[in-house]
Amino acid sequence: MKQLLLHGLPSDKRLKGVLSVLGLVGLFLLLKAFGLLPQFLDELPQHLETSSIDNQGNDIVYTELVPFDLYLNSFFDFIRYEMGIDTVSRFISKQIKELITVFNSLLLGGRLAFGFSGLLWAALVIGVGFAGYAVKGWKTALLVGGSVLALALFSGTAQEAMNSVSDTLFGTHKRLKISGLPWVGITAIAFILGYFLKGWKMALLAAGTLGYVAVFGMWKYTMETMALLMAAVPISIIIGLVLGIMAYRRKSVERALLPIMNIAQTLPHFAYLVPVVVFFGIGYQTGVIATIIFAVPPMVRLTMLGLQKVPKEIVDAGRMSGCSKMQLLFRVQLPTARNEIMLGVNQVIMQCLAMVVIAAFIGASGLGYRLLFKLQSLKLGQSVEIGIAIVLLAIVLDRLSYAWAEKTRDYTADKPFLQRYRFGLFVIGAVIMSVLLAKIWPSLNEMPKDGTVTYYKSWDALIDFIVIYFDAPLDAFKGFMVLHVLTPLRDALLYMPYVAVMILIGGLGLVLGGLYSAALTVSFFIFIALAGWWDKAMITAYMVLFAVLICVVIGVPLGIWASRNERRAARVLTWCDTFQTFPSFIYLLPVIMLFQVNDLSAIISVIVYAMIPAIRYTVEGLKNVPAELHEAVTMAGCSRRQRLVQLELPVAMPHIMLGINQTTMFAFSMVIIAAFIGTIDLGQQIFKALSETNVGKGLVLGLCVSFMALSVDHLITRWAREKRALLGLD
Amino acid sequence: MSDTPVISCKSLYKVFGLDDVALERGGQDIEQMIEANPALVPAVRDVTLDVAKGEILVVMGLSGSGKSTLVRCLSRLHESSSGEVLIEGENILKMKEKELIELRRNKMGMVFQSFGLLPHRTVLENIAFPLQMRGMKAKDYVQRARDMITLVDLDGKENNFPRELSGGQQQRVGIARSLAVEPDIWFLDEPFSALDPLIRREMQDEFLRLQSMLNKTIVFITHDFDEALRLSDRIAVMKDGRVEQVGTPQEIVMDPQTDYVRKFTNDVPREKILMARSIMEPQAEGDELADRPVQHDDVINTIAEYVLGQPLAVPVLRDGNMVGVLHPKHVLEVLFPTQAQAAE
Repeated sequence: MKQLLLHGLPSDKRLKGVLSVLGLVGLFLLLKAFGLLPQFLDELPQHLETSSIDNQGNDIVYTELVPFDLYLNSFFDFIRYEMGIDTVSRFISKQIKELITVFNSLLLGGRLAFGFSGLLWAALVIGVGFAGYAVKGWKTALLVGGSVLALALFSGTAQEAMNSVSDTLFGTHKRLKISGLPWVGITAIAFILGYFLKGWKMALLAAGTLGYVAVFGMWKYTMETMALLMAAVPISIIIGLVLGIMAYRRKSVERALLPIMNIAQTLPHFAYLVPVVVFFGIGYQTGVIATIIFAVPPMVRLTMLGLQKVPKEIVDAGRMSGCSKMQLLFRVQLPTARNEIMLGVNQVIMQCLAMVVIAAFIGASGLGYRLLFKLQSLKLGQSVEIGIAIVLLAIVLDRLSYAWAEKTRDYTADKPFLQRYRFGLFVIGAVIMSVLLAKIWPSLNEMPKDGTVTYYKSWDALIDFIVIYFDAPLDAFKGFMVLHVLTPLRDALLYMPYVAVMILIGGLGLVLGGLYSAALTVSFFIFIALAGWWDKAMITAYMVLFAVLICVVIGVPLGIWASRNERRAARVLTWCDTFQTFPSFIYLLPVIMLFQVNDLSAIISVIVYAMIPAIRYTVEGLKNVPAELHEAVTMAGCSRRQRLVQLELPVAMPHIMLGINQTTMFAFSMVIIAAFIGTIDLGQQIFKALSETNVGKGLVLGLCVSFMALSVDHLITRWAREKRALLGLD
Repeated sequence: MSDTPVISCKSLYKVFGLDDVALERGGQDIEQMIEANPALVPAVRDVTLDVAKGEILVVMGLSGSGKSTLVRCLSRLHESSSGEVLIEGENILKMKEKELIELRRNKMGMVFQSFGLLPHRTVLENIAFPLQMRGMKAKDYVQRARDMITLVDLDGKENNFPRELSGGQQQRVGIARSLAVEPDIWFLDEPFSALDPLIRREMQDEFLRLQSMLNKTIVFITHDFDEALRLSDRIAVMKDGRVEQVGTPQEIVMDPQTDYVRKFTNDVPREKILMARSIMEPQAEGDELADRPVQHDDVINTIAEYVLGQPLAVPVLRDGNMVGVLHPKHVLEVLFPTQAQAAE
């Protein structure tokens, strides 16, 4: 009994345990079928869809058991107005806005000559001072920090002076303007960067992508997106690094951060947007802030991981070399953890791109906003062109940052100046050349409107063609799926008495992980029940359940097939990598093209997106079966099929289960995004909350999704970890 | 001054599972605590050792015997649970962080089993690292690092990264780095265990060569009894955190004091390990000397035939001076230990 409460059932009794839980659930279903189940065990009061914030002071009808959203709203009101957080958030908002403007005017031209914002200067002073301290000591820190501060004050004064001069010369509204870098210049920089990091192919890909967006008339939007990225990425990296280091150093910080990061990573993207909008208002700077919040957790994780992986001997060697704590951190631990940290940078960039696209919903300008705009007016052809641009951008950013992470440092200290700094020199040369050339040929500076091309009509024609010629079979398929598969499944889940669902979840928790797991998962679901979103949550759950099922049925066999052959496996993994870099929003595009806007297309987009980890983890799991075991069973006379069934699948199973877990997480996040094309689940409600800027409601809904995802995550990872330990794989 | 040991530890304990530093434990006996609480893992138990200036003390033990923990307590990479560690008479366990860093920057060097090289730094930068930490000027540390590179015979590899070197070369870098600050005390934690047997042999010779030039005070950790015999002035055999026996190689081989130590010495081909100096005795009254002397570091099996066929006492020389004599019975004891014991 004690064993059951602490650790769940031993593995040989698990099947029995699961079966008895299922039996109990079946009992409840039977009771309900015969009308013996009391109402209060069957259904829960639901949050009324019509209720919303009413400015006229009319009575608002809430029927949920516990109005979590009202609590949250008053809590947020309290910290905003009573505690003065609003001033802080407005300050941050303004600083980030300025920062984006700096990048924007660098890339596209615009007002202000060299108006570094206060936040940036402050960060610079602190950063430089810190670096100085780390390298040399306090004196250097004060010296460099002080000089940067002086520069900041001086440039502020200088800027004021210049502004007043320009005001008197040109009037208040015609401040000094700078022109952005010419598009050929930026393309050339991309080329040089690609070449130095990876070689010709990368150079062509990078330059080609920028060429594509220039020629297809999306330069401005792309640069707006880039400006948001340039603001979000460094801030996310710095915050992530600092938090990661703190968590590495102090167990208490780690303990505090871990649950927050777990929720943060499973909270749907849109659920972030609501509170951010409330605190920071609508606008592109808000998009960046949401992006930063979203991109920090992976950076923290990877920083921690990297620092933990630094071999103890290297740390000991550093200490025996007489390092102080700071020297140890900056000159031994962080450089040694470089690989993980750079991987974190790569993750941050990709997360930022994904989020910047989604942040279009709260007014972040750029490619995402264009895509959203075109999609909403169902201009599919133009959407496709923008989609391609986003995909290309994702691939380029991923490959470039990955190449940077992989790049090993060359020893250059004793090479001549020109060779040592040739990368920087090339970039400076490209900038100067492009600016000069752009003076002669203005079209090099800004792509003229009539110089751009678009093939959206052909895309539209293609889509029309598909719609006309494949309408009948697609429609039949759609009808069949909706009528005979999706609706029955949904109804079945909705039919389940809530008590039965709780028993199922809690029972599984008890069997797999003991009392703690059971209590955790059940309390997650109790929150959903009390919040009054039970039915909506079940609809979300049914879509995820169905999508995951299909993903497993297709993805795992596909992974097994791929892993049978080294080269095929490598190719499939590369494809998975590439597809995974696309912002999830993009997956809606082809689905809308084929199936228009409905429940089925939402689920299909979820399936496509969530399939990737199922395939990937299967391939990885099978590939990582130790070669020695392979040889052993082959020598024991196993056929290929026997080897797969007897050895590879059992050994790879924990890893495959982790893949299914990832698939579930992906499905939860995508299902909410898919609400954009019309579902009637939690996602749709989150959208509503967003448009009403109702923080409490948005967060409660987000937490409902997050808690369901976390329950699944908890159960699967627990099982997989135990199984791995049992197999001796750790 | 020369009498005080350079390194000295007194009833040193390192117990994992105890709260951090707890040097003073109000009357409670640490042995009782270990016995009472099975969750505590005593890695070092009641170790008392002295290392004299210029001496090589080899700490020998199998994995899990606490030898690596011991050397980390001596360098205070680990905080000890109880006892004291005196470096030139000063208790380093009472030192402040700052003093400790000063001590490491000037007095100590350490070599690690898996080298502990910084992967992002070149050979030269790795060797210069402790000098940079000391705040030395660039010109000076580059010069000093180059000297060290020459010392360990790595010329031409200055700008290579550790990943581009073989294991033996990497450990040469580790050795050069640990010697760069000209420490008086040199800790080596299984420095050659990760190397192939042939390279290991070569590095042992290199180590002896360096020590003959530098004359450091050395604590050398190994799990290889042959290595211990070959390199040491004295050996400390450890088991379960305790020191079973401390003594010169010949004392250990000729007179093992516990069953555990005997297990190691049983299989030792003594005639191949013991040198003339380990079994010689001072010249007694009336010993007549043979014409041809042997060197003090001649291994027995190379001189056995000569000594056994020699009726007179064979003089043993060290740097040209006579330090003792060998009689045939000494050699016989080595070749046939059990018979010799039975005969007594």
